[in-house]
Amino acid sequence: MANVLLIIFTISLLYLGIAHRLLTYIKILAFQGVLLFGIAFIELIQINIANLTFVLLETVVFKAIVIPYFLNYVIKRNRITRDSEPFLPNFISLIIITLIIIATFILSNAIADDRISKIYFVVALSTLFTGLYIIVTRHKIITHVMGYLVIENGVFILSLAVGNEMPMLVNLGIMLDIFASVFLLGIFVNRIGDVLKDVDVDQLKNLKD
Amino acid sequence: MISGLLFFNRNRVLNYLLVIAFLVLQIVFTVYEYLHIHTTELNYFTADALAVLLLATLTVISIPTMYHSYVYIKTKKDNPKHRAIYFSAMVALLTAISAAYLANHIAVTWIFVELTTLSASALIYHRRNNRSLEGTWKYVFVCAVSITLIFIGILFLSFTLQQAGTDDLSFAVLIKKAPQLNLFWLRLAFIFIFTGFTAKLGLVPMYTAGIDAKDKAPSPAGAILSSVLMNMGFVGIFRMYTVMANSPLHLWTNHVILIAAILSIFVATVYMTKVKNIKRMFAYSSIEHMGIVMLGLVAGGIGYYAAILHIIFHAFIKSSLFFQMGQIYRIYKSKSIYDVGNYFKYNLTGAIVMLLGFFSATAMPPSGLFISEFLIFRSLFEANYLWVLIIVMLLLTMIIWAFGKNIFKLLFSPAVDFKENDVERINPAESLSQFILLALVVYLGLNPPLEFVTLIQEAIKNLPH
Repeated sequence: MANVLLIIFTISLLYLGIAHRLLTYIKILAFQGVLLFGIAFIELIQINIANLTFVLLETVVFKAIVIPYFLNYVIKRNRITRDSEPFLPNFISLIIITLIIIATFILSNAIADDRISKIYFVVALSTLFTGLYIIVTRHKIITHVMGYLVIENGVFILSLAVGNEMPMLVNLGIMLDIFASVFLLGIFVNRIGDVLKDVDVDQLKNLKD
Repeated sequence: MISGLLFFNRNRVLNYLLVIAFLVLQIVFTVYEYLHIHTTELNYFTADALAVLLLATLTVISIPTMYHSYVYIKTKKDNPKHRAIYFSAMVALLTAISAAYLANHIAVTWIFVELTTLSASALIYHRRNNRSLEGTWKYVFVCAVSITLIFIGILFLSFTLQQAGTDDLSFAVLIKKAPQLNLFWLRLAFIFIFTGFTAKLGLVPMYTAGIDAKDKAPSPAGAILSSVLMNMGFVGIFRMYTVMANSPLHLWTNHVILIAAILSIFVATVYMTKVKNIKRMFAYSSIEHMGIVMLGLVAGGIGYYAAILHIIFHAFIKSSLFFQMGQIYRIYKSKSIYDVGNYFKYNLTGAIVMLLGFFSATAMPPSGLFISEFLIFRSLFEANYLWVLIIVMLLLTMIIWAFGKNIFKLLFSPAVDFKENDVERINPAESLSQFILLALVVYLGLNPPLEFVTLIQEAIKNLPH
């Protein structure tokens, strides 16, 4: 069952590549949060109950509810336009993300370690690279934050791979999530929207030599 | 806790009292840790030799930092909320750095490195204009990505442990089990952790955030960012390096760090010949010094000792340069090379500090940096890295030329279009702290006390000689 959820997660990455509107990005992020909740519930049965409830609560509440709500609020408040303004056409993004997934699959075959389940590794690495790709190929500043959130999801899946032996690492991953996203979004909500009138990354080029 | 109090309390006198209380606590804490060296407290913090040395450095630098912050805040409009945020962020930053020095478990170090990102960005944003917002955003974003990279490295590190049959990620256990760790995952773990920490240390590839941060932060905060924060990045990489040095991957690790260090010095040279903003020039000079320190680590032998010496001296010198920069900004109201000049006329003590600081930072005798750089070059020569040595010396010559060109313009050439009417009078006593710091470097370089030498040798005892 966990494998099915992981595969659905990978498909959501492909969908992320072709999404036009910013609201679609937010919905995919919420969906990924729910999927992670399911995966965490199935995989981490062996750790103690208090820890498990904490992890589950965090994935559902934080990733699937709070962060999408925050992002929605930011978009509405700063009146950011609906389109996600990619540098490359969406079809090429789709091809590139497919190539990323195939490349990570080949890479993980070369690693061939019995202890680590291969599918976790593939999904985690492809999420990571897709997140990096999204950061690099989009015009708007808010898509940078969304790409960072995708990277965080990938790191979370990677930490689930060892979650049974070392549950502390999963907790640390969650803490990273909370800290970094609260802070990034906090700055965004409060400041960048007010100060930079036009939320484009070309605005961030003033600090040069 | 003091930070929380500072944040909520806007009364000016109470603010200053709390800051002084924090300084006293910090000094007491450092002495306590020195006396209790090698004991483990709270299960996650061990005061080993390197931590005590760097903690002492932090305490020595934090005293003039607080004093110069007080001067800086006094000369601006008195906004209680911003002042409270500034001081509470400063206190939080210093506490997080101290805790990161002392941590003996890699995950705990990581948590405190993350906390320093948060508090440092509050400091950078103090002036609240467009450009400092841009600097803060870049800093937060690059550091967030780097922290994530470090976390992925920690995850890979946990993969390596499964073969050695243990569960513990503390450094002592890692060093002991180093020969048995799974080599493939260890390589990956080191690459990720190293890349992540270069955002704090200031090496290629993640140095960019630090440059903008040191440029936009107020001068006392910039002093902290470029001295003590870089030391924290060094601690992270050093502890990981001791683990790698005891495993079969020592040579490979040396090559990786060598590439990063040479590229950093190269980048620093290129930008220093081009830059027109004095603070950015200081920031690039920090990158060059960190590259030299990493070369010392790679070379081995006496290089280990010299690397730690260089880190401590560089912290003192760079922070005193940044403190002086605060005064320069107050006189000329600009950070650009084109707008400054004839500094001897406007601020005699400050100009002397600048001249001495220039000699110290470019490692001319009698500065302590001369000794540490000489030892690093000697260790490179003994380790047969001759081509590296020649390239680095050429690059350093160009850096000295670029640095000197700008500093001498500041000190001796007449300023263009500068209105002399309402130049601010700087109290000469403000430069006293910088004289003390520079003198400390000379003293520690020429005649180090025995405890100092013993501490350094203990810090490097885990590395294979």
